[in-house]
Amino acid sequence: MSKITRVPVREQSPKKRVTNFAEVCLGYSLSEAMTEAARCLTCKNAKCVGNCPVAINIPDFISYVKKGEIAEAANVIAQASALPAVCGRVCPQETQCEGKCILGIKGQPVAIGKLERFVADWARENRAQPAIVAPPNGKKVAVIGSGPAGLTCAGDLARKGYAVTVFEALHEPGGVLVYGIPEFRLPKESVVKPEIANLEKMGVAIETNVIVGKTVTIDELLEEEGFAAVFIGSGAGLPKFMGIPGENANGVFSANEFLTRNNLMKAFKKQYATPIKAGKKVAVVGGGNVAMDAARTAARLGSETHIVYRRSEAELPARVEEVHHAQEEGIIFDILTNPIEVLVDDSGWVAGLKCVKMELGEPDAAGRRKPVPVPGSEFIMEADTVIMSLGTSPNPLISATTKGLATNKWQCIVADEQTGLTSRERVYAGGDAVTGAATVILAMGAGKRAAQAIDDMLAG
Amino acid sequence: MYKILGKRQLAPQIYLMDIYAPRVAKSAKPGQFVIVKIDEKGERIPLTICDYDVEKETVTIVFQTLGKSTIEMADYQVGDYFSDFAGPLGEASEFIHEELPVLKQQRMVFVAGGVGTAPVYPQVKWLQQQGVQVDVIIGARNQEMVILENEMKALGATVYVTTDDGSYSRKGLVTDVLKELIDSGKAYDHVIAIGPMIMMKFVAKLTKEYGLKTTVSLNPIMVDGTGMCGACRITVGGQIKFACVDGPEFDGHLIDFDEAMRRQAMYKTEEGQSLLAVEKGSHTCGCCGGAK
Repeated sequence: MSKITRVPVREQSPKKRVTNFAEVCLGYSLSEAMTEAARCLTCKNAKCVGNCPVAINIPDFISYVKKGEIAEAANVIAQASALPAVCGRVCPQETQCEGKCILGIKGQPVAIGKLERFVADWARENRAQPAIVAPPNGKKVAVIGSGPAGLTCAGDLARKGYAVTVFEALHEPGGVLVYGIPEFRLPKESVVKPEIANLEKMGVAIETNVIVGKTVTIDELLEEEGFAAVFIGSGAGLPKFMGIPGENANGVFSANEFLTRNNLMKAFKKQYATPIKAGKKVAVVGGGNVAMDAARTAARLGSETHIVYRRSEAELPARVEEVHHAQEEGIIFDILTNPIEVLVDDSGWVAGLKCVKMELGEPDAAGRRKPVPVPGSEFIMEADTVIMSLGTSPNPLISATTKGLATNKWQCIVADEQTGLTSRERVYAGGDAVTGAATVILAMGAGKRAAQAIDDMLAG
Repeated sequence: MYKILGKRQLAPQIYLMDIYAPRVAKSAKPGQFVIVKIDEKGERIPLTICDYDVEKETVTIVFQTLGKSTIEMADYQVGDYFSDFAGPLGEASEFIHEELPVLKQQRMVFVAGGVGTAPVYPQVKWLQQQGVQVDVIIGARNQEMVILENEMKALGATVYVTTDDGSYSRKGLVTDVLKELIDSGKAYDHVIAIGPMIMMKFVAKLTKEYGLKTTVSLNPIMVDGTGMCGACRITVGGQIKFACVDGPEFDGHLIDFDEAMRRQAMYKTEEGQSLLAVEKGSHTCGCCGGAK
């Protein structure tokens, strides 16, 4: 055991994993987890807890892992989080809990995420997932959207005794956990489904195929169906396009479409009916986590894959770990490059990508150096598939069909930061629907705060 | 799970089904569509709503067997279930928001092609029930493929039928009938065309010459149908629109039909491959082809 370095976690080798969709990170064994847990100093005033958006009692659960009492560790986590197997995998721990770990000053912080994941996986495999609920209080709450914000809010309210119904537009619950994040980072059957099933065990009802705003409105839920409060966790699922010529050519996809076909519809498996096209040479435009997911998916479908990003590597918004994984898997990074036109062949397919080289100019108001085109540097990049991963914004469907629900100029729902209360009485909102595209754990934090506020209102 | 309460074959390869879907039935409006997924491994198929019954809590869909999924769908019987049935999706037809007296002043003609006759039906029904008299032109390949003619007549609409081969009613295309009606002095204010993309393109081309307001209902490739992916994007008046949320109905004179038709054919190869697998029968297990 070392105070400086953490116990390394086993991974599939890059060469092997790029040929399959199985999870890249294999996780800790019990002995590895106990060794890593023993590094924790069990700080009295633990900084890591304050930087976890759902405030898991980290030193407490890690103390149980140290002793090998994993069921107890799972109970501690369950007090704060309903989705530990998910969070342990997809949270950007380096900027959250692990970013504040005292061991990180001189060496590597405790691998809190990997330990949380170990505990959650152990609890699931040993059928020891905690499902602690209060007796029913007879009050109904509707949750719109079954992504991280909605599921967390639903879990917390169920724990407090509310009868919660989650309404989901797609045919499967999970939001970005099922359609966005790929199998190789977050397995659906073995991790996401059991985690959601555990919520259902706590009494949360999930109604799929309900598009709130179309199938039923928020006003109908409040006035006709007897819900005492509504939480909107509908996310930011509307893809952006560049608006350049040729963007509607066959072979140009939004990252959302590409990932939805592959993750939700399982297009990568031949026995599923949904088709997918990933060409010989794929250009993914953008530099965020979604761009990395799309690129790594295309690589697994057998394509030579490029990330096309207009700033330099230092500015890539994706997690360092994701960039590193992508590079290991042979993804080629074309930085300081911006597409200006999609070239189209006679049959309407992508024939290439016309790009311009960029250089970084003066820092803007936010301190980011603005990319400016280099005159005369236009060139044509070979590509037969282009995936646009430029970010997403909230779908206006709910705000457009709910009277008096205020939104800002980005179509985000306006909600109180602490409580999530919107401009409508009894209607709360949180997650990407309020903030625009952010992280899973921030959405969970918002769901948690809203659940508390809803309880304060209805119990008072 | 969504139970099939009724099934009827309307024509070779065209089937009608009544699906028990209370929430969709309650909210459905003419012009909207649903997404159907038959089972766990199925794809999401957009189908325009053909009818809905709030009391029976059913929604009627009509589909033509064009590929693997719709062929499988046609094998489902009364009492069977589809795993998913989501809707109503898209915007309702524009006319339902108009004042009734204004609507009654309008002379509307519907142009329906093939299986596209089905989504015309709820619009005609809604209008006739409000006392708005409409004309309907139905076009089909031949006599067998003409659907919902009697149902439209029963609503009180004036129906003209034409067949490509002249095996029934008269020979010719829907555009021939529309042109003749206009030239014979029918002063239409609004044409609504629903059918194959190529038919809608030529209806729009014709009505543009007459300066006649024309609405078309587009049927591009869709995945989610709720605006989250842009698979169904089309160019309308130079702007990118998502047919699933901004449509499916648009001003026919502003659509880039050539682009829309090209995009619709994007998966032709894969669709062909999937179809082949069904006809071979024994090779759909996934045990041998699945791993590739």
